Amino acid sequence: MRRAFIDSLLALAAHDDSIVLLTGDLGYTVVEPFVERHPDRFFNVGVAEQNMLGIATGLAQSGYTPFAYSIATFASMRGYEFIRNGPVLHELPVRIVGVGDGFDYGPNGPTHYPLEDIGLMRLQPGLDVIAPADPAQTRAAMDALATEPGPAYIKLGKGGGSVAGLDGRFRLGRAELIGSGEDVAILACGGMAGPAVEAAGLLAAEGVDATVAVIASVSPAPLEDLAELLGRVPLTIALEAHYVTGGLGSLACEVVAERGLDCRVIRHGVREVPRGESGSTLHLHRRHGLTARAVADSAVSVLNSSR
Amino acid sequence: MSLSIRRTVIEQSFRAGVGHIGSCLSIADVLAALYGGVLRGDSDDDPERDRFILSKGHAVLALYAALHEAGRLDTAELNTYCTDGTAVSGHPDHALGPIELSTGSLGQGLSVGAGVALGARLSGSPSRVFVLLSDAECNEGAVWEAAMFAAHHRLGNFVAIIDANGQQALGRTGDVLDMEPLPERWRAFGWDAHEVDGSDPDALAAQLDALDTAQHTDEPHVVVARTTFGRGVSYMESQVHWHYWPMSEELYAQAIGELDADGAAAGGR
Repeated sequence: MRRAFIDSLLALAAHDDSIVLLTGDLGYTVVEPFVERHPDRFFNVGVAEQNMLGIATGLAQSGYTPFAYSIATFASMRGYEFIRNGPVLHELPVRIVGVGDGFDYGPNGPTHYPLEDIGLMRLQPGLDVIAPADPAQTRAAMDALATEPGPAYIKLGKGGGSVAGLDGRFRLGRAELIGSGEDVAILACGGMAGPAVEAAGLLAAEGVDATVAVIASVSPAPLEDLAELLGRVPLTIALEAHYVTGGLGSLACEVVAERGLDCRVIRHGVREVPRGESGSTLHLHRRHGLTARAVADSAVSVLNSSR
Repeated sequence: MSLSIRRTVIEQSFRAGVGHIGSCLSIADVLAALYGGVLRGDSDDDPERDRFILSKGHAVLALYAALHEAGRLDTAELNTYCTDGTAVSGHPDHALGPIELSTGSLGQGLSVGAGVALGARLSGSPSRVFVLLSDAECNEGAVWEAAMFAAHHRLGNFVAIIDANGQQALGRTGDVLDMEPLPERWRAFGWDAHEVDGSDPDALAAQLDALDTAQHTDEPHVVVARTTFGRGVSYMESQVHWHYWPMSEELYAQAIGELDADGAAAGGR
């Protein structure tokens, strides 16, 4: 994902002199190709995320398109008010790049788990919130963002695998569907798209037809796509390595409630602060129920109980 | 220009029934220096104009007054200050042409200003960036993140002005969180630091004009302006409650009377 990001950034920067890369002293083995190619357009601001976002705001005011890179927790939260009062309020093309999906930083512990960044960023009107599911979708999203005049938050997971059936599709404000089952819709973005597709496979074996909606464009939200999808399934499960409040599950609830749809929403995410227990990403996914098996079981259980 | 700025501050804050008067009076002379000739370029859309960011956004009324004096904010607009539906609000709003940055949350203007100064250098623009902060604003850690960045990148086209009036919302800065000695602290962060009588527009202008801002590979500059909170209105000077209080009718009349007397003493200057 990070490789796809930096490759895309290099490709864009080759034709766009306005692109500048800032980092809060992170990105070892990621940023180097950009530094080599464009040393005059790279600034390591040091361990100072607030200032990085302020500098990015000022550069954007001066006509540049700065990418501000850090681990997702630091990029999204340390300087949140700088994002709010800077690029959001002034409608500037600052790209905030946060690395790490929910539990990607497994053994590093809870300070490194962005479990609320999607919700926080989604609150800001006009801020694109992009959580690509795999490297090919990252490239497509970077291309789509190239002409966006306003700010964006890009969340890059650490995984590198491809999501089967996604084929690198990405459109701003749209959901990318995999499958067309009408028993259940599984919503996911970032690193949870893979397990979502896997869950659909498990369900198919049990006679339950699922549609997976990969919602990498969290904002602008794919409201019409979601309304159409949730209007034809009785159940949707939002699978997210994120707290259940504020993310895709909340988005689904908003669509169902505002459109008056007859669809039950299960928010299948993180429900407690992950304190006192770290470990591998896989361990934490199991611990918090973020597995294909858990989603499939949940779907079958709900569908059986309502039959 | 200082007296006109002060008079506008008193008139408009009385009409609108709002506070932050002391902070506005404290920077009237700094703004008179800046808008009286230091800032280059007087059009909002001149890409090579000098930028001015009022990081202590709560004193924006003084900025409106200075912009009015400089012919960049007309009287009709000025008179909408703090009324319904206006962009001439209690903190700077960039929707208003001559306002470079919406501020109001202390500690953000210096970072953004440093980014603008860096952008000017990258694009070879002669623009300089001036940011006015309050002394208590330097309590914010983000100010020092920006200070380190500007010094490390030797942003010689970048000027911070500290309104050192020694007062903050709930008390004297020396009692709340002592930031002195300010010039030495900035110097220690790699800045070219100066100290000047902040109640003397001529001295301020001379100091600001003397800074070597043309050299884009020099140190950033800071001018610590020793000001008086509430200056020009006797009952407000160094009185902490005038951070928030609006004026009664009697006190308004007294303030205007004192400013008129100052004007007469200065020969109508």
